[in-house]
Amino acid sequence: MISITHYLILSSALFCIGLAGVLSRRNAIVVLIGIELMLNAGNLNFIAFWRFGANPQPLAGVMFVIFSIAIAAAEAAVGLALIVAMYRHYKTTDLDRLSSLKG
Amino acid sequence: MQITFYIFGLLVIVGAAGAVSLRKPIHCALSLAVSLAAVAGHFLLLGAEFAGFAQILVYVGAVAILMVFVILLTRENTPGEGLGVGRWMIGAGVAAGVFGVIAACALASKAVWVASAQPEATARGIGEQLMGAYVLPMEALGLLLTVAGIGAVVVAMPDKKVL
Repeated sequence: MISITHYLILSSALFCIGLAGVLSRRNAIVVLIGIELMLNAGNLNFIAFWRFGANPQPLAGVMFVIFSIAIAAAEAAVGLALIVAMYRHYKTTDLDRLSSLKG
Repeated sequence: MQITFYIFGLLVIVGAAGAVSLRKPIHCALSLAVSLAAVAGHFLLLGAEFAGFAQILVYVGAVAILMVFVILLTRENTPGEGLGVGRWMIGAGVAAGVFGVIAACALASKAVWVASAQPEATARGIGEQLMGAYVLPMEALGLLLTVAGIGAVVVAMPDKKVL
């Protein structure tokens, strides 16, 4: 029988894969992909706790996930627009080469 | 339910690992789409049909495709990034530590959470809740999406047209 522990392990694995990508990739788009993976791990946890919990509020988990998906879409749009502007200015998406603010 | 959990779980993990480790960004974006679709499959398994289909529409249909377009717009002439082994060691080490802590906590906690009666999540109920108890957050979300859309257009516009 699948319990909530299975889902917690799965979502923490997903979160940590995204974290590893964010920490070690240099391409800005791939860093954004890692952030999306981490957000999805959170969404999976919301749904798992909603399904297996005592749910005093019947739809709270699904509502959280819907709002979270909408906010993630807004975040992706703004982030990708920033990457396009950055590419136009610096002609690169390599985060290591964007070192103008380095002291 | 058991075998489908493991199939979708494998797809989630393999897709996510490909999304952060493949060399070319376009392959990363496509691998991300596989992983997000498998997460939507988990939502369907857990009885959250509306959230699952919203996930497919928004993530697989919009966010992943938007990333593909941005990758097309920002093609670099320089060869792809080299595999920095040192960076990967640091990143994977930190991530493995975080995973160890979270997994230990999850395994150590008493599993008193058992699947009670299947909670109802019909589209009708969600709509009534959105127009009732959650109407203020939904309005704020609409404002946020509008601002984010306008802001994204302004940020991505060529420099001379701004100001």
